[in-house]
Amino acid sequence: MTGPKEPTQDEAAPGHTAVPDPAASAGSERLAEPVQRTGMFGASGTGDTSGYGGLQVRRAPRLSSPRPYGSYFDEMTDALGASLATAGVSFDEAVEQVIVASGELTLYVRREQLLAVASRLRDDPALSFELCLGVSGVHYPAAAGEELRAVYHLLSITRNRRLRVEVTAPDSDRHVPSLVSIYPTCDFHERETWDFFGLIFDGHPALTRIEMPDDWRGHPQRKDYPLGGIPVEYRGATIPPPDERRAYE
Amino acid sequence: MTAPADHQTDDGGSATAHGDPYAQDQGPDDDYDEGRVYHVSGQDWDEVVAAAADERVSEERMVVNMGPQHPSTHGVLRLVVTLDGETVTELRPVIGYLHTGIEKNMEFRSWTQGVTFCTRMDYLSPLFNETAYCLAVEKLLGIESEIPERAKVIRVLMMELNRIGSHLTAVGTMGLELGATTVFIYGMREREKTLDLLELITGLRMNHGFIRPGGVSMDLPAGALERLREYVRIMPGLLGEVRALFDAAPIFLSRTKDIAHLDVTGCMALGVTGPILRAAGLPWDLRKSQPYCGYESYEFDVPVQHGADAYGRYLVRMDELDQSLRIIGQCVDRLAATVGEPVMVSDPKIGWPARLALGPDGMGNSPDHIAHIMSQSMEALIHHFKLVTEGFRVPAGQTYAAVESPRGELGCHAVSDGGTRPYRVHFRDPSFTNLQSVAVMCEGSMVADVIAAVASIDPVMGGVDR
Repeated sequence: MTGPKEPTQDEAAPGHTAVPDPAASAGSERLAEPVQRTGMFGASGTGDTSGYGGLQVRRAPRLSSPRPYGSYFDEMTDALGASLATAGVSFDEAVEQVIVASGELTLYVRREQLLAVASRLRDDPALSFELCLGVSGVHYPAAAGEELRAVYHLLSITRNRRLRVEVTAPDSDRHVPSLVSIYPTCDFHERETWDFFGLIFDGHPALTRIEMPDDWRGHPQRKDYPLGGIPVEYRGATIPPPDERRAYE
Repeated sequence: MTAPADHQTDDGGSATAHGDPYAQDQGPDDDYDEGRVYHVSGQDWDEVVAAAADERVSEERMVVNMGPQHPSTHGVLRLVVTLDGETVTELRPVIGYLHTGIEKNMEFRSWTQGVTFCTRMDYLSPLFNETAYCLAVEKLLGIESEIPERAKVIRVLMMELNRIGSHLTAVGTMGLELGATTVFIYGMREREKTLDLLELITGLRMNHGFIRPGGVSMDLPAGALERLREYVRIMPGLLGEVRALFDAAPIFLSRTKDIAHLDVTGCMALGVTGPILRAAGLPWDLRKSQPYCGYESYEFDVPVQHGADAYGRYLVRMDELDQSLRIIGQCVDRLAATVGEPVMVSDPKIGWPARLALGPDGMGNSPDHIAHIMSQSMEALIHHFKLVTEGFRVPAGQTYAAVESPRGELGCHAVSDGGTRPYRVHFRDPSFTNLQSVAVMCEGSMVADVIAAVASIDPVMGGVDR
């Protein structure tokens, strides 16, 4: 991620008032971000005793990592851009953000372009990501408009490289295109992510629950799904949640 | 248990006339009105066979539920097999019977406590689960370069011991399922020696909780190196006994050679890794291609077979046992040279503060450590209390760490929001992915080959369902 910009010598020198102050523009950009929360962090649902109830904390700006990314990441993103161009899609159109952290490259791909990107990643000899290591879902209830994520890990055996592709979907429209047609291994993995997060993979041949019983209600790995306390039904008999099974009075 | 599915039987009510007292007509609302259902409860095979010999039924396909409690389905795996005579025309694996919500539970415990959960996933390779998780946490913490050398050697040693135990179970149960009970007994006998060592070093035979973020929970006990040397000395002969029984046994060969075929293209499409991929001819091993824990400094080979069949997978596993013994031998030499060096990161904000010591009644709290925090230093007590109850904070971000488990690539996708608990941990378990290939391996083959195919995939349902 980018830190605050170092002022260059020109900007630091007196008399150049025409140059906009980078700190001021960063501040106005910050104020344009949506509010993430109000008040102090920590307690929620109780009265504000901190005196900071009016505090507004805005979401951190989402910035791509600056070039050069290092390692093989520059070459790979360039190759993907060139490959997408042949398919008539520009890189910026398909990838909204590029993050390099702890030696791993993450591409945030717009869900409309996921199939195009995945097929280029698999088929282009310069990329050759033959192996998909499945889908992992993540739920961020606080990130309005992009609550649900599908995270794909790809591996190129030819080039011995790894790549992570992340796709977001709002909770109100939980649809992501299925990659089963490109990577058949995603079959079980997408069923698992549907089961646990409620993400609907459009185009999956049989999107059914895989770990939970077929008639289970809710998607257990979501953050709004509690741990435990679920009444269990087995062949018509119900078993109350653990905290209600026995009463000591 | 079995239901002819091809066409509607005209008179389901006549089932009792065939002598099957369990297949009773329950009217048009019967759940099973798509065909006749036989509930097999034992000792009634004569009736089932007589009913199946009925000419109207014998024209139909049979849908058989293999499992979820069949002994040769490796635990609670259910295979819905459609049979045309003895030929499998369709096979669908059904899983989820062992789902325990480990990933959800981990979100409600500290990063260190996560080890206790993930070790229970794939119960035949617990130390691999722990290592994959710890590597991911260490990557997020940015302390990969600070892990002490001795801790890395112990991790490699434990993983290779665990690989031997896991492969011996795979080969042994494969023998049992194909009718070779002696191989099973031999495999379990040899595995017992491995588990004895794991017990000596970690205190437990399974579910060790031994590898922790930052290193390992404790150093080797006294006498461990001698036991390890003895193990490396005797094991090749014992493994040779298994190979002498199995490698060229005609019945075993005819049941596994050219059975359950899956080539490299199929492996790539279905995400299959591990011995199945190497038996198809691709020498892909993360220990060589993307080394972790210092594997690049060990001498070992990657065994490959080219049959792409169940027999090749057996041979790959047996060859990997020899390579694991080679690595263990090198680990023992390195451990002998680093006696007394630390096995946990020096950063006291991450390294587990509890010190264990061997007392007269076994392993327990170190009296010195207890004396220090209880009567010498208030700050040490606060530090201990904070780190044990609350845990350490892990910087926000996400990472993926993978290890070569006995069954293939075991990956851990860990997401942190900057707190003391994992925000989300997802495990890419190789059994889960490899199990998808069972349909491709079996459709079109004989029903008996299903057993050989599942045995050659070696799925562990604890890892599949998590």
